[in-house]
Amino acid sequence: MTIYRSHVLVCGGTPCVLKGARTLKDLLLKEIERYQLSDEIRVVETGCLGPCDDGPVLIVYPEGAMYSKLKPTDILKIVEHHLLKGRIVEELVFRERQSSAGALQGSAVPLEQEKYLSLQKRVVLRNCGRINPDSIDEYIANNGYLALGQAVTTLTSDQVVKIVADSKLQGRGGAGFPTGLKWSFTAKTTSDQKYIICNADEGEPGTFKDRLIMEGDPHGIIEGMAIAGYAVGASQGIIYIRGEYGLSIERMKNAIKQATDYGLLGKKILGTEFNFEIDVRSGAGAYVCGEETALIESLEGNRGEPRVKPPFPGIAGLWGKPTIVNNVETLANIAPIILNGPEWFRSIGTENCPGTKVFTMLGDINNQGLVEVPMGITLREIVYEVGGGIPGGRGFKMAQTGGTSGGCLPSEFLDMPMDYDTLSKVGSALGSGAMLIIDDTHCIVDVLKSFMKFFCHESCGKCTPCREGTTRLYEIVLALSEGTATDTEIQLLKELSGAMQLSALCGLGQSAPNSLLTCLNFFADEFQAHLNGQCPSGICKNLTIESEAV
Amino acid sequence: MTVTSCNIQKPNLGEVIKKYKEFPGSLLDLLHEVQEIDGYLSRDVMQQIAEGLGISESKVYGVATFYSLFKTAPTGQFIIRICESAPCHIRGAQEVLEAIEETLGIKPGETTLDGKFTLEFTSCLGLCGVAPAIMINDQVYGNLTSDRVKEVLLNF
Repeated sequence: MTIYRSHVLVCGGTPCVLKGARTLKDLLLKEIERYQLSDEIRVVETGCLGPCDDGPVLIVYPEGAMYSKLKPTDILKIVEHHLLKGRIVEELVFRERQSSAGALQGSAVPLEQEKYLSLQKRVVLRNCGRINPDSIDEYIANNGYLALGQAVTTLTSDQVVKIVADSKLQGRGGAGFPTGLKWSFTAKTTSDQKYIICNADEGEPGTFKDRLIMEGDPHGIIEGMAIAGYAVGASQGIIYIRGEYGLSIERMKNAIKQATDYGLLGKKILGTEFNFEIDVRSGAGAYVCGEETALIESLEGNRGEPRVKPPFPGIAGLWGKPTIVNNVETLANIAPIILNGPEWFRSIGTENCPGTKVFTMLGDINNQGLVEVPMGITLREIVYEVGGGIPGGRGFKMAQTGGTSGGCLPSEFLDMPMDYDTLSKVGSALGSGAMLIIDDTHCIVDVLKSFMKFFCHESCGKCTPCREGTTRLYEIVLALSEGTATDTEIQLLKELSGAMQLSALCGLGQSAPNSLLTCLNFFADEFQAHLNGQCPSGICKNLTIESEAV
Repeated sequence: MTVTSCNIQKPNLGEVIKKYKEFPGSLLDLLHEVQEIDGYLSRDVMQQIAEGLGISESKVYGVATFYSLFKTAPTGQFIIRICESAPCHIRGAQEVLEAIEETLGIKPGETTLDGKFTLEFTSCLGLCGVAPAIMINDQVYGNLTSDRVKEVLLNF
């Protein structure tokens, strides 16, 4: 094995690639060769490193110096000064931005001390940006497949289910259902065939965590699936990835092949009686397929329309067989829980919602991108510390938590802990972990128009409350933005929303009114202004801007 | 659909149907692959698939029209998908849309007269870190402004 003096990890996440990371990597390799450093310095393309807004980024180890916003000339400097002469190029080192002034402060500090990273706790993203996702050896070198080995050789299936149940891990796809409980239903059911499905049909607007986990650490998901298979007695796994995620599909397929070649998937895994195989299937563009029964319909080659529950998939799912459907992030938590134990997991986060959560921060926020923090972090910490505040020092208007199906919270909620329980109490949701930050230059009605149009487009049409309801909600919000709505329509919005929450067949229709209801509740004045023909933010074109005196 | 193109694609279509026939539930995978042949799924092609798999035409049509990545009418050589979800919306997707409409002279759902571009809306592409974003066929473009998107289009 070759020992390298330095490792340069170049972010190969989509945002960085878009900004030219591949060209920079080629230049880096060329320069390293020019200085004849190829035997001493290893360049690795990794999954997303996190600060997407500051891409392209790379990290040089062992120093842990992260360079951001790179241009070709910067690469020349980094190679000459850092890699050749051993001096960190201070002016290129990544620093979190200050919320108002935007000025850099202080001298370069080790990466881990920057707030952006110091508040983070990486469990799911433990390997993202640290290893080459296309190399199973690098995954194994970081304790990869150790949990699977432990599970199949030293634990019974029941013990594995119990460990996961004791950890209190909740599904990270949106609903937050206890994973251990879900597994226990399927484990108890007798059947000749059971399935483990990894739900990677990520479509919640504002969410791209699953893509980055698949791109950055595909083996973590495979290991989680195999352990799930062992726990419930399933021999077949399926990863359902949305059709638009080309790189994820490629990475997962490659990782499955490597794991199969190493005997970590297939027949008689690690010399035991446990068999487990994984197939990759892709969707074809339908948000509703993120709902577990719609996903199963799609896998059976049908229109992705949700089924009536019960029976739940855990009892009768794919082809009528017991089926576990778990989100990518949920599965990526499994191996660390087996290795470190449920007590360790419960020591992170809050009492009722332990563990970490991967959030995607976006919208009007300085550090757009992906972070993993302990459950229960406050919105303020996410926005102003990890997220670096709002650009231009503008004011915080609201945050939509949990993606487009979540609710909108105004500044009074900045100090509320972010976890499943607390957020659902105020009519919002933690959901997929998307945090859309909206500053005070935006109009509530205009933003809602975009939310409602989304549901209108994505409703599958199977049940009437959702098919008709999403269209009517959109029409009324549109009328508000054009100044043609009246009090009656506001009343209608509330009534219709309540009816949809109670009667829609699946989560799509039930959660579609969340953002609307929270906004009606917290921003009543702004709706009233629109009824009076005024748009305080001056965004809705047909309306006048409220005069200063009013 | 002309007779000539039918003759060219027939052997391919038959092979694809044969490949998937034995796998239950593989209709989506089959449609993905068949769409590669002509860029869309014509009525004639859908009828052949139904016949080949022994399922009803309405089933094939129902599935093909449910998912946004399947096309049942010819499209331009390049499909521009513009994300209209909230994260792109608040970062200026409207301006980008207007710039595309102005440059190409088409609205969402339309194809340019030369058959080069089709413009359509899409829900979130998961590229929110670089919003506003579009996809042109398999290629993604992010951090767009009206000027940048015009530049991108000029390169086609």
